[in-house]
Amino acid sequence: MAEKTTQNPQGWWPQMKRLLLSFSVPLGAVLLALIIGAIIIEVSGASAWKAYTALAKGAFGNAAGWQRTLEKSTPLIFSGLAVAFAFKAGLFNIGAQGQLLFGAITAAWVGFAVHGLPPGLHAAVALAAGAVAGGLYGAIPGALKTYTGAHEVITTIMLNYIAMGFTDYLANGPLKDTTPGNIVARTPAILDSAKLPTWGWLPFGFVLALIGAGFAWWLLQRTTLGFEIRTVGQNPHAARYAGMKVARTVILTMVISALFAGIGGAVETQGVVGRYEPGFNANLGFDGITVALLGKTNPFGVIPAAMLLGAMRAGSNVMQFKAHVAQEITDVVQALMLFFVAADMIVRWLLRIRAAEEGEKITLSTGWGSH
Amino acid sequence: MNTPASFANWKIFWKRWGVLTVISVITLALIAYYYSKTPQITEAVLASTLRQSVPLVLGALCGLLGERAAVINIGIEGQMLLAAFLAFLVNVYTGNLLLGVLAGIAVGALLGLLLAFMSVTLKIDQIIGGTVINILAIGLTGYFYKVGLSAHGKLNPIPLGPLAKIPLIGPVFFNNPPITYATILLVFLVHYVLFYTPWGLRTRAVGEHPRAADTLGINVYLVRYVNVVVGGALAGLAGAYLSLEAVGSFERLMTNGRGFVALAVMIFGKWTPLGAWGAALLFGFATAMQTQLQFGGQLHIPHQFIGMLPYLLTIIVLAGFVGRARPPAADGIPYEKEG
Amino acid sequence: MSENQTFALEVRDIVKRFPGVLANDHVNFNLRKGEVHALLGENGAGKTTLMNIIYGLYHPDEGEIFVNGRKVTIDSPHDAIRLGIGMVHQHFMLVPVFTVAENLILGAEPTKGLSLDLKAARQAVVDLSQRYALEVEPDAIIEDLPVGVQQRVEILKALYREAKVLVLDEPTAVLTPQEVEELFVIMRQLTERGVSIIFITHKLKEVLTIADRITVMRRGRVVGTVRPQEVDEAKLAAMMVGREVVLQVEKSPAEPGEPVLQVRDLVVEDERHLIAVDHVNLEVRRGEVVGVAGVQGNGQTELAEALTGLRPIREGQMLLGGKAVPPRNPRYLIEHGMAHIPEDRQKHGLVLSYTIADNLVLCTYYKPPFARGLQRNQAAIVENAEKLVQQFDVRTPSIFTTAGSLSGGNQQKVIVAREFSRPVDLLIANQPTRGLDVGSIEYIHKRIVQMRDQGAGVLLISAELDEIMSLADRIAVMFRGKIVATVKAEEVNREQLGLLMAGSPASEVLGQPQPAA
Repeated sequence: MAEKTTQNPQGWWPQMKRLLLSFSVPLGAVLLALIIGAIIIEVSGASAWKAYTALAKGAFGNAAGWQRTLEKSTPLIFSGLAVAFAFKAGLFNIGAQGQLLFGAITAAWVGFAVHGLPPGLHAAVALAAGAVAGGLYGAIPGALKTYTGAHEVITTIMLNYIAMGFTDYLANGPLKDTTPGNIVARTPAILDSAKLPTWGWLPFGFVLALIGAGFAWWLLQRTTLGFEIRTVGQNPHAARYAGMKVARTVILTMVISALFAGIGGAVETQGVVGRYEPGFNANLGFDGITVALLGKTNPFGVIPAAMLLGAMRAGSNVMQFKAHVAQEITDVVQALMLFFVAADMIVRWLLRIRAAEEGEKITLSTGWGSH
Repeated sequence: MNTPASFANWKIFWKRWGVLTVISVITLALIAYYYSKTPQITEAVLASTLRQSVPLVLGALCGLLGERAAVINIGIEGQMLLAAFLAFLVNVYTGNLLLGVLAGIAVGALLGLLLAFMSVTLKIDQIIGGTVINILAIGLTGYFYKVGLSAHGKLNPIPLGPLAKIPLIGPVFFNNPPITYATILLVFLVHYVLFYTPWGLRTRAVGEHPRAADTLGINVYLVRYVNVVVGGALAGLAGAYLSLEAVGSFERLMTNGRGFVALAVMIFGKWTPLGAWGAALLFGFATAMQTQLQFGGQLHIPHQFIGMLPYLLTIIVLAGFVGRARPPAADGIPYEKEG
Repeated sequence: MSENQTFALEVRDIVKRFPGVLANDHVNFNLRKGEVHALLGENGAGKTTLMNIIYGLYHPDEGEIFVNGRKVTIDSPHDAIRLGIGMVHQHFMLVPVFTVAENLILGAEPTKGLSLDLKAARQAVVDLSQRYALEVEPDAIIEDLPVGVQQRVEILKALYREAKVLVLDEPTAVLTPQEVEELFVIMRQLTERGVSIIFITHKLKEVLTIADRITVMRRGRVVGTVRPQEVDEAKLAAMMVGREVVLQVEKSPAEPGEPVLQVRDLVVEDERHLIAVDHVNLEVRRGEVVGVAGVQGNGQTELAEALTGLRPIREGQMLLGGKAVPPRNPRYLIEHGMAHIPEDRQKHGLVLSYTIADNLVLCTYYKPPFARGLQRNQAAIVENAEKLVQQFDVRTPSIFTTAGSLSGGNQQKVIVAREFSRPVDLLIANQPTRGLDVGSIEYIHKRIVQMRDQGAGVLLISAELDEIMSLADRIAVMFRGKIVATVKAEEVNREQLGLLMAGSPASEVLGQPQPAA
């Protein structure tokens, strides 16, 4: 929220300072969450120092650790972008989960069922198919909101459950891996031509995520469509008054938001898992909220936030093994981060951060109607 | 009004209760028909309907207590989940079911306090505040849950003497476990408090026009706090129901979206306890039928599709009924005192 | 009234600061028992702040309050009520979906056991309305009542709590001239029964009619206290504003051209799907200002929203420049020469969190030079803002300041600048000067007349009769969704307009049958 479209051409330093100041609250939130997490670890009888160092080593200790961290960060960046993007239009997309599942299974289907495409093209087609599948699934809550007033928070969550059921059905039925000996629900492995490469320790999917963040920023801050989206988010009445088509903008925003989630699912399938298996990364939708808010709903802020959470995921195995602390402590720490970043007044008060200049403010909860 | 009084009254009655009357008559007729054909299955489905509706109606009561005072509670799911877990845990370590239930209620109320603190005092966006509670509950239950713990028994049905022996009605209404009985009482209690007591009048005023309430010396913040905390206690009771009455154990993410479905139930019930109960029974029926279809084996629909039923129903209800009923005017808007 | 009696209420040296503003600067004010004491001042002079302090909604930074000669502290409305102070707020503090009886007892409910005693509540309404001759129906739902009656309920609420001091904050803003007279009768009855009244207003004529004493405030300070016999309107206006004020807008006779807006049999619904605009016919020609007069809530808002494409039209036709317009399409209207100053500038007119520069291109952001293909053209947006800020005298440190941090007058200037910077054939101005200071009002009025003289048609909707009378060339009076009369401005006087606004038939008021608009 720090940058404005028509920003002051002079004075990059005050702007930079404001940007840094605006990230002091997320940093404070992370710090406080880690401290409370340490207390919980100590109380349950383990060493917090050992746990955190093991976690850091597991995440960044070697090339394999880095690769794992970047792989874990990639879907988080996408789901974070999905949440942050919708947020700009005043929409709370908790449905990244379901959109991601549809993206993942569609990419898998294109990946194993379509034969004869050259490697690069096959991967691109699978990615595009995943994106479109996710995007279309995101159009449903958008349309429900504009045409019936059903609040997207509930509809997207319900659609998450429906998506879980539906993909589970597909992976157990029509798209099931029929290799002899397979009893679990999963699709066949995708062809090599549909796989995304990993350069050394750098997964191609991560690069895609960075490009996605840049694209989201450009779209929001530099284009007329982005201006419409932000205006609808800030003041839908004024948007209507100014001749913007609010209904269309809401649906379009949900579709674009869900496109990010869909690509995230496709990247996971094509870059990491190699097929579709139900139940991977079960809470990515909620994680996207934490990432987006930690990143101050700024597309570029999403990247470090997702990498932080990704590192916690990547290192938690090592932590459990070396320090005997259950992996799930990362979920607790993550929840605390969200709490503190949402309750930024607490952080400001605890850490004596003075209030930054009030920027653009989004209101999500003004009753259940969309009017 | 020039029409004769009796006719006018009848017209008003019809306008208000007509749809409800028709639905009731049809429902009763259907029940009678099926009961004459397959008494056991009908009884089982109806009893299951009532019990399945318990967490939904409790969740909806939690939601509407908050929203009548203009606090949207999207964290019901998390309140239920953590309460279910703690109720279970207390039972595991003390062996006492009542203590478990009380622990569940207390946890729900505490999370309600947290929500009230975030949305009333800190004035965080209420949707985000509720989401914090949901994520917190998932994280905490995930971390502290250990496989292999088992509860000491569960809350069992208590037949109410001869009442339980009445055909059809007895097994459905008078042979239930304690939280189910309590829920039925709570529906009427909340209805009474909301519409027939000074506290209810003040609550509704705070939800409709907080500034007006404030200028009359009503403490808007206090009314909101109390309602959200009491609502949280009800959600906590729903959690205890899930772990100690319905299942007798705890499973990860066992709430399965019921906290969100409860919000749809609340909207469908037009923010009234009796309406919410009716809506919850409809959802309970969908769930009961789902079980019946899954294990009855008459239909060859993949179980995943049957499992989607309540969620689809929620979306349909939301799409069809939001906007028809009027939510409290100040719903979701933090109150800023002047000066 | 002897001079040495104790005051019903007295404040001494009240100071109240808000960030950047000194809202009350050592204010002294007193109220004698049984008098009507008017508090007169412009918007933002500090009247409402002072009253909110007296009612316990604000806490003063300095100063003392005395009730019946006794020093008191008032920390909350609760304290104020206990001390016998009642307040009728400018925006009514009534719960719209509650009944009269429920609103009356809220916060001080009679009970039977644990339950509400609604029977006692109804009886209380009946008793009070008899004692003070204020007739209301106890079981009526507030939102179904006309504003005049709602105001009576507000007064009853204060009396139910045994108020001895009654504060009326801008009570006449929503009333017809006839309802104002009724209110004055009620006020006299109350003072005869020992109630003391503080009457807050910015309307000069009214204070001269009803007040026993008048205290004038300006920029947070008390300018002076006078008796109505000692002053006249011009003198009060000068006290209020601090300089001589031209009460009349200067304009030449209109030279109407071809019609630019034609409305035929227009029917529009409000939020509750009730008919708000009922078969309205209207015509605005180039070079004239057509004023729509009427008490608030008689369909003007819905009319303006329908004409600007924000609200669906149920029946009827609207022609802009002779061509039928597509339904609900503000962009079409903007592109075909309509400018719109909306009623609620913070809700519709501006995005408060955006910079002035962004707000100035809110309607044209998608067209060259502000857009190049998909992208926005920053340089052109900045250049546009710098030009308009200067041209329309928007007082701001920079074009990158957010609109939300501007004063009301400057916010309105931003809207005017944006709307007038396009080619305009028709201007729809809805309450264009509400809540503004005199300087800004004069500026906006001048610009509207200028627009007319450049050949645009202007439809001016205003609840301020004075504004309509000084700006409009023709006046259409709206009552209960209908245009009940359309008259030339010079052929009608205040009293006649007041009667028309209150629903008296045009043939009676004007003495001749009216030609169609």
